[in-house]
Amino acid sequence: MKFRDFLRRDAVVYDMQATDKRAALEELVEALAAVKAVKKSDAPAIVSALVKRENLGSTGIGRGVAVPHARIDCIRKVVGALGRSEAGVPFNALDGKPVHVLFLMLSSPDNTADHLAALERVARILKDETFCRFLRQARGQEDLLDLIDEADQDEESR
Amino acid sequence: MTGSAGEPVLQRDVTIVNVQGLHARAAKQFVETARRFEAHITVAKGRQIVDAKDIWDVMTLAAERGTALVLRGRGADAEEALDALDALIKAKFHEEQ
Repeated sequence: MKFRDFLRRDAVVYDMQATDKRAALEELVEALAAVKAVKKSDAPAIVSALVKRENLGSTGIGRGVAVPHARIDCIRKVVGALGRSEAGVPFNALDGKPVHVLFLMLSSPDNTADHLAALERVARILKDETFCRFLRQARGQEDLLDLIDEADQDEESR
Repeated sequence: MTGSAGEPVLQRDVTIVNVQGLHARAAKQFVETARRFEAHITVAKGRQIVDAKDIWDVMTLAAERGTALVLRGRGADAEEALDALDALIKAKFHEEQ
């Protein structure tokens, strides 16, 4: 699976405003709702599901990156948003540091394969510390999208 | 196959049995369990071989239910490590009924 298969280019938030975890999740879900990738009426339930998942253990798994995710009935096909925070969001991350890059993923409870494939895609690029830094230091929306496109292209040329 | 210090490499075939597969939280538990041991441990899915103690690595396995994995361990406590990981997988990461 490629980023282009699930990450909404129109739900990439270069300069997140949220200063806490819940607000960050809300901000990204709103970005998805604004482009009709999810229904506005489903947004509260989606945020609740994301918060519930975070309460089982933070998805902030280090390197300033978090992968908040939820599987919820109102989602058919896996869909994702990307957010970047200059100041960083406190996320109870495993390394205790605030997160600057958030890959939010929503999937159907019935489609485990797609969920794992999207997670695999995100994990594979985030393994690369340099890439994490590039994402964090991106100079704008276009820059951020270019990095994601490059990651997909690298994958294809392998 | 022998290790650099002449220690044998132990191998264990396992199969993912939980419905959700090796998802993020399961991967975290897997890595935390592996880290309790000194042994060097790898997980292989087909030709892909990753470090069992690296959360990013383990998440790239995208192992669904039914996926066969090969655990390999080298070191004094390798056998205990493989036992613990095998048990965790069989126990479905303690998250299902």
